Amino acid sequence: MAFFQMKKMILAWTFRKPVTTSYPFEPRKICPGSRGRLDVKISECIFCTICDKRCPTQALDVDKVNKKWRIDRLRCISCGYCVEVCPKKCLLLTGDHGIPTVTKEMETF
Amino acid sequence: MIDEQTIIDVMPETLVAETRKLCEQGYRLVQICATRLGEELQMDYSFDLNRKFVNFRFLLPKLGGRVPSITGVFFCAFTYENEISDLFGVQVEGNALDFKGNFYTTAMKHPFIQDAVPASVPAPAKPGVQ
Amino acid sequence: MGQRTIIPFGPQHPVLPEPIHIDLVVEDEKVIEAVPSIGFIHRGLERLVEKKDFVEFVYVAERICGICSFIHGQTYCQGIEEIMKLEIPSRAKYLRTIWGELSRIHSHLLWLGLMADAFGFESLFMHSWRVREQVLDLIEATTGGRVIFGSCKVGGARRDITPEQMTWLLKQLEVVEKEMHLIVDVFMNDSSVKHRLCGVGVISKADAISLGAVGPTLRASGVADDMRLLKYAAFGELDFEPISRTEGDSYGRCAVRCAELFQSVDLIRQAAAKIPAGEIAVKVTGTPSGEFFSRVEQPRGEVVYYIKGNGTKNLTRFRARTPTFANVPPLVKMLGGCELADVPVLVLTIDPCISCTER
Repeated sequence: MAFFQMKKMILAWTFRKPVTTSYPFEPRKICPGSRGRLDVKISECIFCTICDKRCPTQALDVDKVNKKWRIDRLRCISCGYCVEVCPKKCLLLTGDHGIPTVTKEMETF
Repeated sequence: MIDEQTIIDVMPETLVAETRKLCEQGYRLVQICATRLGEELQMDYSFDLNRKFVNFRFLLPKLGGRVPSITGVFFCAFTYENEISDLFGVQVEGNALDFKGNFYTTAMKHPFIQDAVPASVPAPAKPGVQ
Repeated sequence: MGQRTIIPFGPQHPVLPEPIHIDLVVEDEKVIEAVPSIGFIHRGLERLVEKKDFVEFVYVAERICGICSFIHGQTYCQGIEEIMKLEIPSRAKYLRTIWGELSRIHSHLLWLGLMADAFGFESLFMHSWRVREQVLDLIEATTGGRVIFGSCKVGGARRDITPEQMTWLLKQLEVVEKEMHLIVDVFMNDSSVKHRLCGVGVISKADAISLGAVGPTLRASGVADDMRLLKYAAFGELDFEPISRTEGDSYGRCAVRCAELFQSVDLIRQAAAKIPAGEIAVKVTGTPSGEFFSRVEQPRGEVVYYIKGNGTKNLTRFRARTPTFANVPPLVKMLGGCELADVPVLVLTIDPCISCTER
């Protein structure tokens, strides 16, 4: 049985840089391929409303008549289902995770 | 098929005796679950021994169903039996640790045998659509 | 004989940020009896199948729990595939195995950290979570999510791991493995840790079986039962032997989880070496009609899904029995007769996940 088995590790880490970052000043390094905010290339969108119908959280609202594509960012779970079903492939998930918000608003494209 | 699943029909009256037989062979209780099939409840008692899966099944009426408790054989059944009595309103007779309907905090009584969401609970509106 | 007092433990307690309440009947410093109550946050997710399409429901299944999220999704998909008689591509099976094992590593590291926190070893807690962060990076790079993988769907997988990513993953795993050895060494050999864990909360083999314990709680009592032996996903083609200990105490449960860390690393290496090329998903047509009890080994133990479909796109019944729910009776047994100061440690040894339990 050893007394204070961790002493080596603790000593070693005394002389290393911290692994944490000072968050708001230094943004988090995001891995490529991370599922972040949903982005739409609105010029290519044909307003077929498939993404609206398939969205598991009803975050999307696509208006066929007025050609409006709207998203509730707070409802979107970045699952990527709409990206898969989009016939025009004009939806994509960016690596960007967005900034905090204080209001519940629909974003319109 | 990933594994063989044996489903055996039993009667509620013989449930405890059948369970005791399995217990003596070294089976463990996997789960107890109720399923609503229209006006009936299907009860499933699952057991496992070295990944051999055995399931007891019987039907109960939707309202006022009564089952004997198997906590005398498997004490750990008390969680499942309280669950089915809270969510499905099945009366379990002789539960060793009976919470008397207070195992789950639910907004309504026996939510899992209700037909639909009552009118007092508004359906979530589509965002931004007024 | 001292006077009996009832001390409430939870629903809010510093050791566990999740609501479980236990009434402890205490005589002096000894706990005589414990009465658990759960159900503070019961969400009734099981009935959501009546509203959600069976393909979409995998997103709900994944969100039953934030730690074993991937395996919840996998269990659900396997159940549906079994009912619909879908044969998923071999590559998808291997991908599921790799992600499942990654999630096991991250869950066990999380638990080790919480355990260290419960017996008051703050620096060990932080180092466990530092290593876990590296595993989360691997998960984020391969699936796109840190804890909600979202990479499993009915009929296969939604993402593929490229050969470059696989090489990188294996290289990173080597680093992680080295760091894990350092941490596990402290858990297994440090005198102060052993002082808190050895002989605390002993569950005998017979008790573990009759109380329906699952997962590491069962295996620490000398029963080598692991649902991965059912050979779901790619486990049939990998060399795998469940880990069990005979102590049955908190130290045994800790040791089982520590050994499983390295076992998972080994399984990922084997899977990466054997993974075949090819498709990752098959097209799903039709609707499920039939029933199946889907059983999969989660980090916390065996999870059972009962899935019943009637040929429409909504399932009739979806029932999840999560490992923590099965581990509550063993916990009650452990608490009877223990010291009051050991209660937080004992509650943590079953690796409680209340959000699983309150699905």
